[in-house]
Amino acid sequence: MFSHDVLVLGAGLAGMRAALEAARSGANVAMLSKVYPVRSHSNAAQGGINAALTDRGDDWHEHAYDTVKGSDFLGDQDAIEVMCREAGQELINLEHMGVIFNRDDEGRLGTRAFGGQRRARTFFVADITGQAILHVMYEQILKYNVRVYDEWYATTLITDHGRCGGVVAMEMRTGEVHVIRAKAVILATGGLGRVFEPSTNALICTGDGMSLAYRAGAPLMDMEMVQYHPTTLKGSGVLLSEGARGEGAYLINSRGERFMERYAPNMMELASRDVVSRAEITEINEGNDIDGCVLLDCRHLGRAKIMERLMYIHEVAMDLVGVDITKDPVPIRPGVHYQMGGIKTDVDGRCWDPRGAWKGVEGLFAAGETACVSVHGGNRLGANSLLDTVIFGRRSAQAAMAYASANNHLEFSEDTWVGGEKATMQTLLDNNGGGDLVAKLRLDMATAMDEGLGVYRTEEGMQQALDAVRGMKDRFKNVIVQDKGKAFNTNLIFALELGCMLDCAEAIAVGGIDRKESRGAHSRLDYAARDDENWMKHILLYQGPGDQVTKEYVPIVITQWQPEERKY
Amino acid sequence: MQAKVSVRRFNPDEEQPKPYDQQFDVEVESHFTVLDTLIKVREEIDGSLAMRCSCRASICGSCAMRVNGHAVLACKARVSEHLSDDGEVRVEPAGNQPVIKDLVVDLEPFWNKIRAVEPYLQPSMPEPEGEYLAPNDVMLHLVDVMGCIMCGACVSDCTVLEVDPNFLGPAALAKAYRFVADTRDEEDGKRLGLYNGYGGIWDCTRCGECVQACPKGVAPMDRIMALREKAIESGTPPGDYDGAAYGYRHAEAFEEIVSHNGRLEETMLVVKTLGLFNLPKMLAMLPVGLNAMLHRKMPPPIAPKVPGINQIRRLAARIKMNKEGAAY
Repeated sequence: MFSHDVLVLGAGLAGMRAALEAARSGANVAMLSKVYPVRSHSNAAQGGINAALTDRGDDWHEHAYDTVKGSDFLGDQDAIEVMCREAGQELINLEHMGVIFNRDDEGRLGTRAFGGQRRARTFFVADITGQAILHVMYEQILKYNVRVYDEWYATTLITDHGRCGGVVAMEMRTGEVHVIRAKAVILATGGLGRVFEPSTNALICTGDGMSLAYRAGAPLMDMEMVQYHPTTLKGSGVLLSEGARGEGAYLINSRGERFMERYAPNMMELASRDVVSRAEITEINEGNDIDGCVLLDCRHLGRAKIMERLMYIHEVAMDLVGVDITKDPVPIRPGVHYQMGGIKTDVDGRCWDPRGAWKGVEGLFAAGETACVSVHGGNRLGANSLLDTVIFGRRSAQAAMAYASANNHLEFSEDTWVGGEKATMQTLLDNNGGGDLVAKLRLDMATAMDEGLGVYRTEEGMQQALDAVRGMKDRFKNVIVQDKGKAFNTNLIFALELGCMLDCAEAIAVGGIDRKESRGAHSRLDYAARDDENWMKHILLYQGPGDQVTKEYVPIVITQWQPEERKY
Repeated sequence: MQAKVSVRRFNPDEEQPKPYDQQFDVEVESHFTVLDTLIKVREEIDGSLAMRCSCRASICGSCAMRVNGHAVLACKARVSEHLSDDGEVRVEPAGNQPVIKDLVVDLEPFWNKIRAVEPYLQPSMPEPEGEYLAPNDVMLHLVDVMGCIMCGACVSDCTVLEVDPNFLGPAALAKAYRFVADTRDEEDGKRLGLYNGYGGIWDCTRCGECVQACPKGVAPMDRIMALREKAIESGTPPGDYDGAAYGYRHAEAFEEIVSHNGRLEETMLVVKTLGLFNLPKMLAMLPVGLNAMLHRKMPPPIAPKVPGINQIRRLAARIKMNKEGAAY
């Protein structure tokens, strides 16, 4: 029998930071991940991690204000204060663990500029910051000998009367289904980019945790807030770091103009991501495009700087589109990148409200992209995502350990849960004629979402996407899994992931239709202005009853910054 | 463009599982990578094809496999560059690791070797309040090593691992180097002692396959050589393992012979490395010597004098002085 005080699902930065915190405190903790920890998508965070260090003359209040403004005043300011206040110490923690970081002339941590921020407070390792931190975090996991269920796929959260007591999971190598008991479960399963096509996200970013929590009764919050990153490669959608613009790269249109002058005269290319993405789409729609793209121009940065600080995007652009960024501008366009919304949590990662203002699942915690604290609100600032993972990964572990020491294991029958899961899987495996292949259905969903919930949205477009997704939920019942075997059946896992993605897609569309204003990444042509009078609130979505989605609203937490007009 | 993709398959669920090759005909576009092609097979033709892949952008390290016999990262290898004249490409699982299913190999031995090098920073001083100070050039040098994505392409093609599975291998030793070269890690002596053991840095044969295979330019073999150099220069004792002792003497003898005679004399190198009275080892070298003689590759026992030998000796002395002068 597998049993732990704290079980962390997901082994990206949020998950590993949580597990490390628990392991250092001597708790019985384990991590479960569908891929080996260093394969996690935190790898793909390129540009850096934000922190206001007082000994550099920076002030966390300024970082917090930039974050609040970046969020288009949808972020909860109490949570943003926590994140920005604790950022400095957490950054130093990372350095002490062994993260290398670029340095200044005195050997101290060096910074680069990043979007939506008035001063350079982004600490970085070339343009592989996420990878450099992720691998060091895994070094620490090895150091503390944390039990890891490598390549296990969690399929269901075990709950009873609104409390979580573990998970049902499949060991991929054997195909066996097991129960893992835990007094507290932390979801750190990352984002859902694969709900859209194209997307910067890895193939593993399928919204599993959000769906698991949603099915277990926890609310998803602000799901309509999907970030489009301004610089992604056409076709594959692979990311080129904001670090390029942070180092001084230009965005130019087909006429050779730095068009950001017209949209954000002060911050230019370093305005917030939602602002830059909208500007690019406007340029493209007005015909100032080159084959559906605009250009990212790094040439003037010089080869030396590019090879020192942007070597990875140099490699990727060369490999995937054959462009040497030291010599030529590279065609880019906005692409789906990050989910600001997610599982509603408090500042300690709890997926339920002890004060009862909203419901949720007791004993369940969430951190990182899968969670919505909310620190990113309507638009996340570049380099705040890595910060979010380590701050709230750590905090959720502390709260989960406290919960675990005050509570016993939940009582339940393992056989019932395992039997139920096997039956669900068998139903999928038994589908033979008439249905869609998994990949076909996934692509249909992702295309519908891209069309209906792109950078600019309308009621009609979103409704079409929602109708399509609901139709696909029916089609999903007949989806064909060609692999009928047990060992490493990725085909079956893709089908289960698709089930999760359909939940997320529906929530995104429902949230989008509901929010009748334009705020942050949610830009509506039919409601073009921000509406502070009616929409200074979060949208919470609960699954059920039946096929219904239940909505609830909670007010945005404001501590010191009243909404104001947002200009860059 | 049409590609004939031959995939080495293996299904452990069968009663008597045996590897076999299956060919898929796939329509590919010019920018397709090998991974794009395999994903197309998996999505449109045969969903049971098992492989690992995730980021599609050479950062997650999942998709190392052999293409036409050599390890590559499938998402980095453009398929058009690997097609034969007949439009064929051969895909097999990564080498030197047991196959679980199709292109999925068992990575447990890989991770056990990473664990074996104590892969975490070990500072001995109390932590400073702020960051450790470290020169940027040291950090930039480490970026090249931290660029390792643990894909295992180097392990797949390592020729030592083919004959000795105990070898820690290029990935683990490159990881080891990252700590020895990190000025914040103060356990170099202990580490180098550990890496001197059986299966460690002295068991690399310098074939260069790992450098060729690495998709991220980490050059593991160069890191192993740097570790050897540091082990000798720091005065770390070679320890109990014969291989390390011979390694040290081989390096020293090499330098001594070249700086004294101006050229390498292989016969002397063997004698000095093994020791003249080390009969069993000397006897074991006999067949090699005979073979060399048969192929007329035996160096003359007394080599002719190299012109300008005094100048070479002066150069050697100066190099030695500079090295000793440089702070280690």
